[in-house]
Amino acid sequence: MAAKVISPGLSTSVQDLGRPGHYHVGIPEGGGMDRFATRIANLLVGNDPGAAVLEATFMGPELEFTQSAVIAVTGGELPPKLNGEERPTWESFPVKTGDRLSFGFLKGGARAYLAISGGIDVPVVLGSRSTYILGALGGHQGRTLKAGDELPIGEGSGKAGLSLPVNLRRVWNSPAELRMLPGMYWHRITEAAGNRFFEETWKVAPEADRIGYRFRGGTPLEFVEREQPFGAGSDPSNIVDACYPYGSVQVPSGTEPIVLHRDAVSGGGYMMLGVVISADMDLIAQLQPHTPARFVAVTLEDALAARAEQRAALARAEGYLAG
Amino acid sequence: MSIRFNFGGDEHIFGEVSEEMSLTSFFTGLSMTNAVRTAGIRGVTEICPANASFQIRFDPDIVRPQDLLSELKSMEEAASKAAPVLKTRIIELPVFFQDPWTRETCLRFRERHQDPSSTDLEYSARINGYATVEEFIAAYSGQPWFVSMVGFVAGLPFLYQMVERKKQIQAPKYLRPRTDTPKLTIGHGGCFAAIYSVRGAGGYQMYGITPAPIYDPTRKVRYLADDMCLFKPGDIVKFKAIGRDEYDATLEEIEANQWQPTIRECTFSLTDFNSDIYGTNAKLMELINGR
Repeated sequence: MAAKVISPGLSTSVQDLGRPGHYHVGIPEGGGMDRFATRIANLLVGNDPGAAVLEATFMGPELEFTQSAVIAVTGGELPPKLNGEERPTWESFPVKTGDRLSFGFLKGGARAYLAISGGIDVPVVLGSRSTYILGALGGHQGRTLKAGDELPIGEGSGKAGLSLPVNLRRVWNSPAELRMLPGMYWHRITEAAGNRFFEETWKVAPEADRIGYRFRGGTPLEFVEREQPFGAGSDPSNIVDACYPYGSVQVPSGTEPIVLHRDAVSGGGYMMLGVVISADMDLIAQLQPHTPARFVAVTLEDALAARAEQRAALARAEGYLAG
Repeated sequence: MSIRFNFGGDEHIFGEVSEEMSLTSFFTGLSMTNAVRTAGIRGVTEICPANASFQIRFDPDIVRPQDLLSELKSMEEAASKAAPVLKTRIIELPVFFQDPWTRETCLRFRERHQDPSSTDLEYSARINGYATVEEFIAAYSGQPWFVSMVGFVAGLPFLYQMVERKKQIQAPKYLRPRTDTPKLTIGHGGCFAAIYSVRGAGGYQMYGITPAPIYDPTRKVRYLADDMCLFKPGDIVKFKAIGRDEYDATLEEIEANQWQPTIRECTFSLTDFNSDIYGTNAKLMELINGR
C-alpha cells in the first residue's frame, strides 16, 4: 500500500509527534508544528495520535493512492478534493485504488495535516518518523516530498464519516496574540524598549518555516549599555552562545524577533527576550506571512493555566472522537 | 558564583553560570547537567549543557516548574564544589587549512565581510597579532580545544581553545551571514571554533575543512554507526593540520569506510590545567601521538 506523489506542494513533509531527547546534540524534537491538528487527523482515521502524517505548508500536494484507505485533513483550511470533487476538512472519508487527492486554495491558517489510515510507514529514526530537513534526518529520505516519491502506508482500520464538530476545533484571531513569558535576557533591553515590544503590532515575515517565525514592523530595540562579556561577540544583541528554548524569542541586532519552532536551531549567540508559552505554539504554525501579531506578556501561572485549558480542549475532542 | 536561573516559558529552565566564557563556567554547567542526569528527575525531557550556561526541558504536567527549580537550586552548591575532573576522550581531527573550497566561498561572499580585501585567514591572523597565516594556523592547531557545546544544528560542536585568555583567538562574525558554507568547514566566531556538520548558512570566519564526517543521519560511516553525532560536550579535540595529499588520501579511505579518527580515553582535571596549562595539554596530546 502506498501513496504516490504526483506533485509535492510547496513544502510537504512527513511528521509525527517528534523525537525529544536529542536536543543536546543539536537535533530538535520536530514533529507536526500544529500538534493538535496532527493528533486529531490521526484519530479521525483510526490511527494512534502519534502516527506519521503529511504536513503541507500553504499549498497541498497531489497524491494517487494504490489501495483503499480512509483519510482526513485537519489544521489550516486547505480544502481537499478527491478526483476533483471537494471534500470537507476535519472529517474522514474513503479513498480507493487510483483515486487522486489534490487541494484547493488555502482559505485560513497556514498548514494542513493529512492522515491516512495505517499511518505513513517510513522508517523510525531516533524514535520518530518526523522529517528534520536541516539535518536530512527521518521522514521520507530526510527531505520534503518530490514528485515521483512513493510513500509506504501501514495497515489501518479507520471508519469514514467521522468528524470533529466546529466548536471543538481550534480558532485563531487577528491580530494573533502570542502569549510570552518575558525572561532569559530581558534585562538587556531598556524599559521603554520592553514596553514598546508588547505595545506594537508586528507582522509575520516571509521567512517563516519549521525552524522559526520571523516578525517585522516594530521598532528596533534599545539595549542597556554594557561592555560585552568575553566570548560574546561585539553586537549588543550577542551573548556567549547558549541553548535556545522552543518558542524562544531572539532578536538579532535588536531588529526582527524570531520565534523558534519545532525544528529549532538548538543554540546560538543571540539574546532572547523570553519564550512563547507552550499553549500558543500550535497557533504560530497556522500564521501566514503578513499576518498581524502581538506579543502579550503573561506569568508562569498564566502559562500553566493556558496549558491546562488546552489539555482539556484536546481531551474534549479526543473524548468526542472516542465516544 | 551563583547561577542565574530563569524560566524559559512553561517547559524550560535556563541557567546562566556566567555572562562571559571561561572553562570554569563551562565545568560548573557540565557538573549541573551531569547531576540532573544522574538524579533521574521525573518529567525532565532534555538536558543541554552549553558554553557557560545550560538548559533543562521538562513536562510541567509531570513535574511542577517551581519544584524542579528548587531541586536544581539545591544541586548548585554541590556542583560548584564538585572536583572539576572529567573522564572524557581526546579526538584528533585532520584539518586542511587554506583549502580551495572555503577559499572559494570566502571570495564569493566578500562584500559581507569586515575586510573585503583579505581572506578570512589573513584577516583573523592580523587582528590576533600573528605575522603570517602559517603562524596563525600553528597556534590554531597547536593546542587542543574543548567541545563546550553541541548544537545550532545536528552534531555541530562549539570549541573553546585550552589556552589562557590572552592567547584566545577572537574574531567577529561576518557583517551579514553567508547563505552558504561548505560542509565540514572549520569556522570561528567570537572566541569559539565550530565545525559545520551540514552545508548551509553561516557567519563564522572560515579557515579550513576536515575530510572526516562528524554527523551521519544514515549511520553508514563506521564510527558514526551507534551515535550519528561524533561530538559530545566535554570532548577534547586536537586539530592536525594536513595538506592536500593527506586530505585526498583520507577522503579516499573514508569513502571506502575504512578510516576512523584517533580517539583516546583521558581524564581532565581543571585544577591541574590551571596550574600548568601547557604541561597538561602536552600530556593529553601524547595520548594521541604516542600510538
